[in-house]
Amino acid sequence: MNKENIKMMDIKNIVLRFGGVVAIQNISFDIFKGEIRAIIGPNGAGKSSMLNVINGFYHPQEGEVWFRGKKRGSMKPYQIAHQGIARTFQNIALFKGMTALDNIMTGRFTHMKKGIFSQMIWEGGASREEYENREVVEKVIDFLEIQHIRKTPVGALPYGLQKRVELGRALAAEPELLLLDEPMAGMNVEEKEDMSRYILDVNSEFETTVALIEHDMGVVMDISDRVVVMDYGKKIGDGTPDEVRNNQAVIDAYLGVSEH
Amino acid sequence: MYNGKVNYKTKLAKSNLKYISAYLRLKVKWGHLLTDNLNTLPAILKRNSIKFAEKPAFREKEFGIWQSWSWKDVYEFVNNLSLGLISLGIKEGDHICIIGRNRPHLYWSIIAAQNVGAIPTPLYQDAVAQEMIFPISHCSAKMAIVENQEQVDKLIEIKKDIHLLKNIIYLDPRGLRNYKKNNLSSLNDISSPDKLNNITKFQTELKKRQAKQNLDTKSILLYTSGTTGRSKGVVLSNKNVIESGKAGIVFDKIDSNFSLICYLPMAWVGDFAFSMGLGLQSGMCICCPESAETLHDDMREIGPSYFFGPPRFFESLLTSVNLKIDDAGSFKRALFNYFMSVAKENGEKILENKSVGIINRIKYFMGEIFIYGPLKNRMGLSKTKVGYTAGEAIGPEIFQFFRSLGINLKQLYGQTEACVFVTCQPDKQVHPETVGVPVKGVELKISNSGEVLYRSPGSFVEYFKDPSNTKKTKDREGWVATGDAGFIDEETGHLKIIDRAKDVGKLKQGSLFAPKYVENKLKFYPNILEAVLFGSGKEYCVAMINIDLTAVGNWAEKNNISYASYQELAGHPDVYKMVAEHIREVNLSLSNDKNLSNCQIRRFLVLHKELDPDDGEITRTRKVRRNLVSDKYSDLIKALYDGSKEIYTETEVTYEDGRKGKISASIVIQELEETFKKVEAA
Repeated sequence: MNKENIKMMDIKNIVLRFGGVVAIQNISFDIFKGEIRAIIGPNGAGKSSMLNVINGFYHPQEGEVWFRGKKRGSMKPYQIAHQGIARTFQNIALFKGMTALDNIMTGRFTHMKKGIFSQMIWEGGASREEYENREVVEKVIDFLEIQHIRKTPVGALPYGLQKRVELGRALAAEPELLLLDEPMAGMNVEEKEDMSRYILDVNSEFETTVALIEHDMGVVMDISDRVVVMDYGKKIGDGTPDEVRNNQAVIDAYLGVSEH
Repeated sequence: MYNGKVNYKTKLAKSNLKYISAYLRLKVKWGHLLTDNLNTLPAILKRNSIKFAEKPAFREKEFGIWQSWSWKDVYEFVNNLSLGLISLGIKEGDHICIIGRNRPHLYWSIIAAQNVGAIPTPLYQDAVAQEMIFPISHCSAKMAIVENQEQVDKLIEIKKDIHLLKNIIYLDPRGLRNYKKNNLSSLNDISSPDKLNNITKFQTELKKRQAKQNLDTKSILLYTSGTTGRSKGVVLSNKNVIESGKAGIVFDKIDSNFSLICYLPMAWVGDFAFSMGLGLQSGMCICCPESAETLHDDMREIGPSYFFGPPRFFESLLTSVNLKIDDAGSFKRALFNYFMSVAKENGEKILENKSVGIINRIKYFMGEIFIYGPLKNRMGLSKTKVGYTAGEAIGPEIFQFFRSLGINLKQLYGQTEACVFVTCQPDKQVHPETVGVPVKGVELKISNSGEVLYRSPGSFVEYFKDPSNTKKTKDREGWVATGDAGFIDEETGHLKIIDRAKDVGKLKQGSLFAPKYVENKLKFYPNILEAVLFGSGKEYCVAMINIDLTAVGNWAEKNNISYASYQELAGHPDVYKMVAEHIREVNLSLSNDKNLSNCQIRRFLVLHKELDPDDGEITRTRKVRRNLVSDKYSDLIKALYDGSKEIYTETEVTYEDGRKGKISASIVIQELEETFKKVEAA
């Protein structure tokens, strides 16, 4: 793969506190354009908090987030979404009563320019806009092979498919940076294989940069280009899967250290 | 058994008269189609591109919308692709594998391959990589045209074993962007003529090749699903495909306003014969669903007028209707039950134009408005003029259910070796237990051992690279042995199939053992997905049962039975009770049959896993491989006979990605001694 090592995102000295609890302690790392970047670590290491910082849901007390070469000021999550960052959640956050198609359509909101009134009367270009958006959504549905559940309410779907719909919603936004929070949690081996395939395909087909949190080490080592390892809010490792695998601090964090 | 040739011949003569008149009528309407004397499918496509020009030829649902291509578009594409194939160095007589689900571009690839004198060889797309080695290396394929990344990956995985395969061409580029392989190209690139230098050279070459093709040119190589061991490559000539297609068209008066939905594996002869043999020749519209899972919705939108489904398809359709009705409100349910009883009484008679009283006709008409019409619409069968089922016996209740709704569902009997058509049921002469009369040009006879033989213009050229098997199956006069035991029903003159000839055996005491017949009776129960009967050379019969997870799962839900897995549900005592009840009923009906009363099942078990094509236990067309099953589960069969009450077993399973694992289970064996004896006494 031709990763030109252009920094898409640069995270510098982030510190995040909740009252007295320090969730993230002075972490810096970068994400290159077009790579798959994994964030791993034991439970409570601050991985999800890190993702929330990246997509602007949490505001760190200290540190800077640089995106596409510019320092990002304080922004609302929807403003960040407009910048081309989309995400999925650890505990699926879909509209249960809506169909898979409608859920994925909501991912297009950043691309809808017409006002509510013209959308209501289906005039003034609103219909054309809807057709264009639907076309993108249909391509996503085709990509994720979920044609058969297009019209099924999401609440009635099995877990693995809900995860796929959620990925679809993120993809519908045509993001430059895709954040995935445990995309394979609770899946069986075959579902994990499918999901890995989709993530790799998204990366190569749309040249989307992916940052993901995952617990399944096998998957992480197989699909990611570089890995950040966190433990108790600190960064304890950073590098290619091979480097990380041989890093003593990482081994200790995962396997525990015996008392000498 | 049947023993009266004269009677049969007169019947045949009578039915032949009917064809001749039908043929003449059709000749007036579509005479030009049947008398064109075109020798190849590409030539027929060319004719269609002139005759039907802008009429839709193919449809496929993509991105949520039905995309259409006219005959002109298709012709153009095939022509361009042919030039591309020549430019890649495909020679006459080379084999080109086609792997993927039913997609228009893959059908066109078949025609393009024929166009350049190559022999298309469609393979089952859900086969694991290892299974593909045999057919690809057996026919020394030079090229594979595949649907997507999944298939490309499989071919790359086994590339050491198929080193003759030079080019892989893919249809769907998804995920293949970063594959750096010289021999990999996209179908789109291959079929765009602007990318070719020297186009005139290829055009003259193509013309030269086309001129050489005639009726005896090999049209296609199809690998049988291999019910009895290793699959065989059946070579069909243009004559086989075109003549049998014509016979099918004449038999059911098919014209260019028909539509057909293709969803069965492309490697299966039926799909090829219907879509290409019938489809191209009649000029009907060939539709491909969006994905296998969306078939029912897509069918509803298309409303195919010619439809083929294996019995299993209709079974699952009926099961889903019944499940939905069970969940409906009491008013709807009452309405449904009332009108279904009306349909049961009158539906088939009305379909066959028999006399029905005015009151009943009004009732049926009302039913059509309230129940049958909407139901047919739901199932996508409202426009169906001709529906066929074949491959296995269909349950009489299922068959009658669809016919009573006014759907002209019929049975046919066919084989890969015959390019499908051997016998079909003519309209208004439909009996659930027979498979009809021979279609035009087919001669039938029953051998002394009771095996069905036929001779037809559709009967195959040879088994590829297998002259000894060819000789065994097809004799010098052209009679092909079907391997099925059957007889001509004296009353109707229709062919009746009992079982595979080699499966028919004898029990120890010398009475007839016909496993399939009994298994089919069991499979007519929605709860039973598959059954395998053993007993040849033994004192009594035993059975292994596979439950149907959808039907039994639903039943479990209603009865508050919780289960975590297929295995747990299969071993549940209540499930055993239910299955035992079904077997008792089958035993009872067998006890009335003087030939087969000893085929009653004395002991059975419910298998802990579904029989799966990935494990080789059933074929991709879902037929049980009897020998393999009896070898694999020999411990269970032994336990079925040695009187044990329970057996512990370990079974190897293959996952979808080809990895293997093991599952273990303790399986209960139940005995039906009590009723068995009672029935015997009665």
